[in-house]
Amino acid sequence: MDLAEKINNLLPGWIKGSRPEGGIVLSSRIRLARNLRDFPFPHHAGEKKLEEVIALVEKALEKPAPDKSRLRLVRLDAMDQLDRMVLLEKHLISPNLVKNPAHRGVVLRDDESVAIMINEEDHLRIQTMLSGLQLDKAWELADKYDDYLEGTLDYAFDENRGYLTACPTNVGTGLRVSVMVHLPALGMVDQVKKVLAALTHVGLNVRGVYGEGTESIGNLYQISNQVTLGHSEEDLVGKVVSLTRQVVEQEETARQALLNESRMQLENKVYRAYGLLTQSRLLTSNEAMHLLSDLLLGVETGLVPAVRPQAVKELFLLIRVAILQQLIGRELQPEERDYYRAMVIREHLN
Amino acid sequence: MWCEQCKERPATVHITKVINNHKTEKHLCEVCAQTSGSDLGFLFEPSFSFQKLLTGLLEGEMGMEEALAPSTMTRGRGCPVCGLTFSDFRRIGRLGCGDCYTEFGTGLDPLLRRIHGSTVHNGKAPKRTGGAIRVKKEIEQLRKKLKEAIQREAYEEAAKLRDEIRAKEKNMKEENNE
Repeated sequence: MDLAEKINNLLPGWIKGSRPEGGIVLSSRIRLARNLRDFPFPHHAGEKKLEEVIALVEKALEKPAPDKSRLRLVRLDAMDQLDRMVLLEKHLISPNLVKNPAHRGVVLRDDESVAIMINEEDHLRIQTMLSGLQLDKAWELADKYDDYLEGTLDYAFDENRGYLTACPTNVGTGLRVSVMVHLPALGMVDQVKKVLAALTHVGLNVRGVYGEGTESIGNLYQISNQVTLGHSEEDLVGKVVSLTRQVVEQEETARQALLNESRMQLENKVYRAYGLLTQSRLLTSNEAMHLLSDLLLGVETGLVPAVRPQAVKELFLLIRVAILQQLIGRELQPEERDYYRAMVIREHLN
Repeated sequence: MWCEQCKERPATVHITKVINNHKTEKHLCEVCAQTSGSDLGFLFEPSFSFQKLLTGLLEGEMGMEEALAPSTMTRGRGCPVCGLTFSDFRRIGRLGCGDCYTEFGTGLDPLLRRIHGSTVHNGKAPKRTGGAIRVKKEIEQLRKKLKEAIQREAYEEAAKLRDEIRAKEKNMKEENNE
């Protein structure tokens, strides 16, 4: 199998496919927290109870899945650390499950647009992920899988409090609505902090996708709702959608301003990135993220027509440590990684 | 020597970590050293956690709450189903099971109000087990829409919504009588 084929097999479904709203919104994600009635929450449950939960979910999966799609349950403690890390880097499971794999599992739909974590902070974390700004669709999908599971499983639900969760920050709808956005132009004109701070004032959460705290590597940010109780799911989804659209608009304005006022500097920046990405023999993860962000901006503003935007977006994932090792097919020493990372980037941009 | 991270500035911060006899060295410039919080976490206060934030939210209100309500929380009795006590909850910021919500009851209201600005669920209900609740919620939603329609003077739409509400209410009554 050649590299291109391997890459195609490895990329999760959500990164492929059409992409509404241009390229600024990379992905949309919905997460529903659900628990089983009469079972202690995972952090308070012994091994026996955790295993019972897995068994009950396994039983529920015997019913045919929505849309005739294929679902498979994998145990985290039955795979090796590298495979767990790959799932994490594909955003299909949380760091919690990697740290603590015993008696944990995940149900994956064959295209990986649906992932249901078992025994995370809650018994079930139903997640759907789609490319671009497709939160309505992602919510419909999550809603459907929620109904599918509830057809067999008895949920912990209370008329007043809604879906009961281990952490009171998730109670009610158990819904976390989020988008991943790429905001390089706002970063360049020094406006990104201002825009993101405004979002937190209206009840949204913002954090860098990679990197610590609000610092972001590669100008990638995740925007999500904070509140889960007291509003309908449609309202929560609608709020994130409309505010995301405003962020997209701000980013587009900043891009236009850069093109109008400092086109040559911008062109210089993005072509330098293109040059380094296609010629380097060693690239660290951080450096590659920065350069890919610059290149993506160049591609999307039409300055670098030779490159497909999709290829750059895929590279954001392909250069992650575990995915890279999966691609090469063996464990890589830290100094080897930079070499293979540069190689994969060169190949994928050609 | 140049900074390992940005490769743009000279490395002036040298960090040697020894964990289980395994030594790692890092050479960073001042700018990168300050921002790379992840690896240098040990230099800063390590205990600022989400749990702390959450239990901090509880602390604020609980003093008064406890004085007013000599209930489950102060007696230290735990949830009858899973055994978690209110002080456990305050410590770990997590409830033990679904029944804790019933057991701690309105004691959770101040916290929920602080986190969510609300204490009552207003969304989806389970299809199979939540039958009546689900219909009730649906009717509530329709009433809201009806009110909005009337405000907009969209009377045709309002009439449709009214009929829909009546039909649902009738269904519910019939089911109750069965």
